[in-house]
Amino acid sequence: MKELLEGSMVVAKAIKLCRPGVVSAYPITPQTHIVEHLAQMVADGELDSQFVNVESEHSAASVVLGSEATGVRSYSATSSQGLLLMAEVIYNIAGMRLPLVMTDANRAISAPINIWNDQQDTISLRDAGWIQIYAEDNQEALDFHILAYRLAEDKNIMLPVMVCMDGFILTHGIETVDMPTQEQVDKFLPPYKALYKLDVDNPQTLGPLADPDCYTEARYAIHATQKKALELIPELTAEFAKVFGREYNGLIEGYQLKDAERVIVAMGSVCGTIKDVIDELRQKGKKVGLLKITSFRPFPAQQIYDALKNISKVAVLDRAVSLGGGAPLATEVKAAFFGKTRSPKVISSVVAGLGGRDITKDTVKDIYSMLTQKEKACEFMDLKPELLKENYE
Amino acid sequence: MFGPLACKPGSSVNNKTGSWRVESRPVFLHKNCIGCKMCVTVCPEGCVSGPGKNAMEVDLAFCKGCGMCALICPKKDIEMVKEETQK
Repeated sequence: MKELLEGSMVVAKAIKLCRPGVVSAYPITPQTHIVEHLAQMVADGELDSQFVNVESEHSAASVVLGSEATGVRSYSATSSQGLLLMAEVIYNIAGMRLPLVMTDANRAISAPINIWNDQQDTISLRDAGWIQIYAEDNQEALDFHILAYRLAEDKNIMLPVMVCMDGFILTHGIETVDMPTQEQVDKFLPPYKALYKLDVDNPQTLGPLADPDCYTEARYAIHATQKKALELIPELTAEFAKVFGREYNGLIEGYQLKDAERVIVAMGSVCGTIKDVIDELRQKGKKVGLLKITSFRPFPAQQIYDALKNISKVAVLDRAVSLGGGAPLATEVKAAFFGKTRSPKVISSVVAGLGGRDITKDTVKDIYSMLTQKEKACEFMDLKPELLKENYE
Repeated sequence: MFGPLACKPGSSVNNKTGSWRVESRPVFLHKNCIGCKMCVTVCPEGCVSGPGKNAMEVDLAFCKGCGMCALICPKKDIEMVKEETQK
């Protein structure tokens, strides 16, 4: 049924439909509304879950690690500093192969403290072994949570999934979404049966010491499973389409790529803005396009290569930066072409929209114009030089 | 694909920690032992056993050579000797 909802409520309703047994989270802007809504649903008896209130994100992650280890479908949500405080547990959840689903409302990292959107928080945890899916709009955010549980709990995967949605832009944005029925979700997402769990009747140790004899294999297994997820995600989205009637590739999405000469590669809500700019520029006869990356982990290098190999000029737009290095998405997109026979002539890297600075249509147009010039590396868009003249002597 | 993730109780017997012993090992002299079994209680590996007086033994497959048994023995009937010495 079509409903006009705030993004946070969309996620809360999606999670309710997934029937988690345990929810634990600590409130942080801009994630707060998601867990407020869930707490309300539990209090009102609409959602049969245990909502565990905790004193920090480290504890929230530890609670859902524990509940997942007992074989119970669980949920948490966080953002920014909260995700960083969870970091130690985040690695453990993946290492212990617990199929948790968590939402991150993407927000900038301190200092300077900033509550607005960029993607530095989740990008900083890209190496933790979690699958990371980035939503463009609230319909995707809704659908990706349902897909995420199915993917995480697949017996060949058993990895946690982080659904990343841009803070405020999506979490506080009000859009019409098609809310599935409980019957549809139950059909697509069967009850969770753990392959291994903490159980007093069948005691075992989860997460024991792995010495040099076996640590490498535990890590390799996660890496190999991430690659396996690249094959499974399109299969699951095809099945999703049959039940819910909405089609996703799940890894990448091309927009006006077929005859495009200049293409932006991006993740998250900015893709909506870019599509609008493309529509305008196409009316003027400019051959521009977009490659949206939905799955950052696993990284679909081959799919990106196939989508961009015949494109002349590409700009990769990052809402995060590896300070002193380069832009994370751009680095990996470029690596996808290393040693290959075909490649775009130009792969420029731009960093924009840090700490909630709007990526406007003009910003996007500037990026397309930049693609008529030579290759740029880690170019900060819309930089204000006057703010760089502070002097504290 | 999965690597090593979980283990059943009792799996520590598969982990022969005796290879960690680098300096010295305990030798039970069986001269003045009164069978108080303080050595059994104090051993962090749980690898000292025996029926009692002058009959306690250490399982060197698991003993890490920490010397706690020799330290706690009230009759000084356990001696730590260098690994290379025969005794």
